[in-house]
Amino acid sequence: MSQDTTAHHDDHHDDHHSAHPTGLTRWLFSTNHKEIGTLYLVFSLAMFLVGGAMALVIRAELFAPGLQLVNPEFFNQMTTMHALVMIFGAVMPAFVGLANWMVPLMIGAPDMALPRMNNWSFWILPFAFTLLLATLFMPSGAPASGWTLYPPLSLQGGNSLAFVILAIHLMGISSIMGAINIIATILNMRAPGMTLLRMPLFVWTWLITAFLLIAVMPVLAGAVTMLLTDRFFGTSFFNAAGGGDPVLYQHIFWFFGHPEVYIMILPAFGIVSEIIPTFSRKPLFGYTSMVYATASIAFLSFIVWAHHMFTVGMPLGAMLFFMYATMIIAVPTGIKIFNWIATMWRSSMTFETPMLFALGFVVLFTIGGLSGVMLAIVPANFQYHDTYFVVAHFHYVLVTGAIYSIMAAVYYWLPKWTGHMYNEKLGKIHFWWSTVWVNVLFFPQHYLGLAGMPRRIPDYAVQFTEFNVISSIGGFMFGFGQLLFVYIIWQCVRGGEKATAQVWEGARGLEWTVPSPAPLHTFDTPPVVDDSVAVHKDSLT
Amino acid sequence: MKRTNELIVGLAVLAVIVVITWGVFAVGDNMPRGVTPYSHDVYQLHNTILGIVTVIGVLVFTAMFTSIVVHRKSKGYKPASFSHSTKAEIIWTAIPVLILVVMAIPATRVLIDMEQTGGAEMNIKITGYQWLWKYDYLEDEISFFSALDRESNRARQIGSGINPRDVENYLLEVDNRLVVPVNTRIRFLLTADDVIHSWWVPDLGWKRDAIPGMVNEAWTYILEEGVYRGQCAELCGKDHGFMPIVVEAVSREEYDAWVASQRQGMADTAHESARLWTRAELMDHGANVYQAQCAACHQPDGSGLEPAFPALARDGQPTGELTAHLDIVLNGREGTAMTAFGGRLQPQDIAAALTYTRNAWSDDEGEVVQPSTIAELNQG
Repeated sequence: MSQDTTAHHDDHHDDHHSAHPTGLTRWLFSTNHKEIGTLYLVFSLAMFLVGGAMALVIRAELFAPGLQLVNPEFFNQMTTMHALVMIFGAVMPAFVGLANWMVPLMIGAPDMALPRMNNWSFWILPFAFTLLLATLFMPSGAPASGWTLYPPLSLQGGNSLAFVILAIHLMGISSIMGAINIIATILNMRAPGMTLLRMPLFVWTWLITAFLLIAVMPVLAGAVTMLLTDRFFGTSFFNAAGGGDPVLYQHIFWFFGHPEVYIMILPAFGIVSEIIPTFSRKPLFGYTSMVYATASIAFLSFIVWAHHMFTVGMPLGAMLFFMYATMIIAVPTGIKIFNWIATMWRSSMTFETPMLFALGFVVLFTIGGLSGVMLAIVPANFQYHDTYFVVAHFHYVLVTGAIYSIMAAVYYWLPKWTGHMYNEKLGKIHFWWSTVWVNVLFFPQHYLGLAGMPRRIPDYAVQFTEFNVISSIGGFMFGFGQLLFVYIIWQCVRGGEKATAQVWEGARGLEWTVPSPAPLHTFDTPPVVDDSVAVHKDSLT
Repeated sequence: MKRTNELIVGLAVLAVIVVITWGVFAVGDNMPRGVTPYSHDVYQLHNTILGIVTVIGVLVFTAMFTSIVVHRKSKGYKPASFSHSTKAEIIWTAIPVLILVVMAIPATRVLIDMEQTGGAEMNIKITGYQWLWKYDYLEDEISFFSALDRESNRARQIGSGINPRDVENYLLEVDNRLVVPVNTRIRFLLTADDVIHSWWVPDLGWKRDAIPGMVNEAWTYILEEGVYRGQCAELCGKDHGFMPIVVEAVSREEYDAWVASQRQGMADTAHESARLWTRAELMDHGANVYQAQCAACHQPDGSGLEPAFPALARDGQPTGELTAHLDIVLNGREGTAMTAFGGRLQPQDIAAALTYTRNAWSDDEGEVVQPSTIAELNQG
């Protein structure tokens, strides 16, 4: 502090740019959006493998009728933990990681608006998942009542429930802080000229997603806190014998749960809306309508929650309302799909790995969307509900939807992150391998559900054997195929063909104006954005 | 050119998979048509909606794949620059709305029909327990429990050595079937004793949750005689996959005969609970009751599954003081999976099970509990 002020100023400047901590502290104390983004993405990949291993336990037990490998209690722990790990550990952190890396680059900001909070948002997560995964080793075992934790069943478990609930609280705090940061960044840190309607669609979808997170994570926190007090402090929110109502929990949970579904798909829409124009060499069709469609879907997500619980016995009027509201979601979702196809129409397409995953997303997510329309039809839902038809539906929208979009994003931006091109041939093998087996895995589950197989059962009647065998084979092939993904990323981080700043011939937008790999600090001086650099130009004239 | 070939091969593989699975679908596992007017409506509705979404899917994918095949750089296709068309956007907003209206009309009609639960000729109360069902015929005053049959239960244990394929109706058979007359409007009242269950027989066309503290309603009108099988559809704990439902629909005459025989059986049971049993009789009957009711959690040898399901076979007196033991068995233990068996089993079943658990794993002579004791406690 005693140095001459000019020198101090220079030192400070150098410190900011080059004297960066190395080793563990670099990651522990980082406030840099790119490093934190990397942390999120690596964490998400690790959780994807953990959750995937649990899914393989499930598919191995279901390979043949009869119980061979695990007892029913452990099976239920696996289905529950698989869902919690994949939703809160793999999909959500992956999207937050992508937002961390790309949102500042896409809007011309030097970093996130709240860098210290950004550090904390991430570093809460390893603790949350330590709590959650530790329950597997506790005497009373991991939670076994499904990820929805419906009472009274969830209240029957042992003390591990408290660990799960506290883990969910931590994840919620992390998500809310992440969301606040993203909103603050997008609303305050855009480069001059980056008007809202010039923002890339990935930024738009994340802005809307962040509002959804802030709105519903506290609702989940409330629901699980009531579970906690019911279980440990003698309250009776959900205990009928004490004047409570078990169905109340389901209403609260799904008021969180349905927006949560869109939290996991809106950023995916954004990613696909970036990738398809790039490899089509043609601007995104209907940019403005994409923004409005995203906002409509977000709004509708708050008024359709009870479609997850049509069989609990609701008044006729309520069921009709929730059926119609759910069906309406097909309209903005349809607009998005039509816009993507119109973007491809009369374009000049090439099919690098990110484009393949994006196209795979469009096809397979549409299949999941169409089965979603079927599920909205209440009388038919009385048959489909809680069967493998539902399992097939939400895995089409989550695995070949959300996760395909994340993989597309990783291949798309990996050269920007690492400065190297990934191995294109292996990337294509990864895509085709995954796409073939993911369909072998999930498509037969539609038939299982229609034929009458309930979900969350460890053993089944022999007439369900064939489709379960097919599904399990698909599961193992798809699952082990993801090790190739890990290898491709590792190989690309280590080296490879040097990537240019532009990377992709058709790529547009600010993130492609910085060198590859993107230096730790970018846009210290904000760029000036006009229509020539804006990604999207909706020719609204 | 090479890239094109790769893509075409890939597409061909995908197309083959879709066609194969579709073929299996066409010949095999669609939703069952069922045996009630309502299930027929649902089946019809399902097929209609499936048809509509399939056509939409085919149209959308055709447009997309046409573009993928034709509009590619490798064929020298130059990109157009359009990015907006108000006309197109109005069309692809309006047409889906119309399609949804077309879907909503029949869906609403069928739903309204399902929700008219009046006009019942008979009422059956269904109660879900972990992990079996109880049926109360309100008019005929018959009441019984219905659990997974013994053959399936033996075969489903890990390392049972029994091939499930050798068990008839593996996991879809019960000890006591729900017998109902055909061509009768039956109203069901559904509730549960412990956690949420869901009663589902696909051939009747619906499932409905059985929720503790609430009573749900549903109805059916079975057109054809036959045996219809289903399962619990809401996760209800470790044996959720092992609480099937079997409905046996019979003619009115057969049903009346069945009611008479059930009544006779109940009279016999009442007599049994009043008389004095010998120790051997209690142990013998107790072993059966224990295996059917208790062994799923406390294990066939009484070793339990700690900590959720305590061991009963401990050194010395296996289950503590008799009064405490009785209280747990009759009234259950809150916050655990141990339900109240007081209203669930006959006095002689409880007495026999208690006698069995207090004697089977101990060298000491434990107490003998008489059915009459239980009957008194139940009344008091």
